[in-house]
Amino acid sequence: MFKGRDIVSIKELSKEEMEIIFEVAREMLPIAKGERKSDLLDGKILATLFFEPSTRTRLSFESAMHRLGGSVIGFSNPSATSISKGETLADTVRVMDSYSDVIVIRHPYEGSARLAAEFAKNPVINAGDGAGQHPTQTLLDLFTIHQEFGEIEGLNVALIGDLKYGRTVHSLAYALSHLGANIYLVSPELLRMPSHIIRELREKPMETDKIEEVIGDVDVLYVTRIQKERFPDPTEYKKVAGSYRITPELLKKAKDRAIVMHPLPRVDEIEPDVDYTEHARYFQQAFNGVPVRMALLALVLGVV
Amino acid sequence: MMEEQTLKVQKIKNGIVIDHIPCGMALKVLKILNINGDIGSTVSLVMHVKSRMGCKDVVKIEDRFLEEREIDKIALIAPTATVNVIENYKVVSKHKVELPDEIVGIVRCMNPRCITNQREPVVPEFKVVSKNPVIIKCKYCEREMGVEDIIENIL
Repeated sequence: MFKGRDIVSIKELSKEEMEIIFEVAREMLPIAKGERKSDLLDGKILATLFFEPSTRTRLSFESAMHRLGGSVIGFSNPSATSISKGETLADTVRVMDSYSDVIVIRHPYEGSARLAAEFAKNPVINAGDGAGQHPTQTLLDLFTIHQEFGEIEGLNVALIGDLKYGRTVHSLAYALSHLGANIYLVSPELLRMPSHIIRELREKPMETDKIEEVIGDVDVLYVTRIQKERFPDPTEYKKVAGSYRITPELLKKAKDRAIVMHPLPRVDEIEPDVDYTEHARYFQQAFNGVPVRMALLALVLGVV
Repeated sequence: MMEEQTLKVQKIKNGIVIDHIPCGMALKVLKILNINGDIGSTVSLVMHVKSRMGCKDVVKIEDRFLEEREIDKIALIAPTATVNVIENYKVVSKHKVELPDEIVGIVRCMNPRCITNQREPVVPEFKVVSKNPVIIKCKYCEREMGVEDIIENIL
């Protein structure tokens, strides 16, 4: 079902396929933690083509590959490669494809992962294409929720912060809605989720600009960073950002089992004191990038 | 009735009649066919003709025939149109334009950050997600485009 397959967009994965990925990711957990050794991908080479900087995504892919006994080649600074000489993406991909068994790509232009998948014979995994898709982030977010609650259907999930520009929340909203979760959108007026994203959701989500309106109802608070650059007036930014900050006081109004997630890096949208509450899951979530990416690598390479 | 309406414009000897264009779209059809002031032959255009379907536009172009590609372009903005080929005042062929499920190489993506707008060896491709109104979606960046966007980005 997965062997040789490209992972370009979350929309191409069915509910059943996502469940298989979660199941394999669960089996990978002890290996991801270093408690057990594996040589599942011994002799396989992953090529990481990072045309844009990234720490978490790139390093968790590398960790995933190493944990499974495979090796990694690639670049994270295209200015030091032939791309700076004007090589097309199509050519770079064809060459790297011939050096490796699977490609992971991050690129500033939208649709670049689809193009890479067309030119590569081996599987291509999209690690973010501009404002477009970032399916492995969505999968690790879903896996984190799934691990916590055992299912996604029927859960109340609030997406909070910058819902306009944040690409992670766009594909996450789509996936959550198709898996049967109830979605609450919490953002300042200026950063509301674009209507073309809302149109693709299964049910119309509840929209508000006040966290307090939903805090008592939700199982998951998915917080994103509100960037200063989005506001013409810095005082306006301070005011708005302050009203979306997650604090231990605010969480007193939340359900006991509610969890706080964040794709990281965070700046000050979650107070450091929240780290020590029962609700914090963002570091767990970041770690889950490893088992989920291990599962994907093993599946597309056809070894599980 | 129909004959009377059509006769508002003279019959042509050789050329094409594009009929059943959605009301108000005739000028846009001329635009995507790249027909402007210097064509050299007669172009006639009737807008807001009453018809059984309500209202339509008609375009007649003398001494001009259409390539397959041009017919596909018409289908994108006027999916109800028919193209009649006229020879010696007679209709020698008549066919409805047809909007295919996939559009390849006749429109560029409107998203400047789409990889197809960079220097890459690919032809822009779109999926038709709705035929009425026409909405197409880029196969690469997934941006959706409506009729106005299509007209602006025709190749």
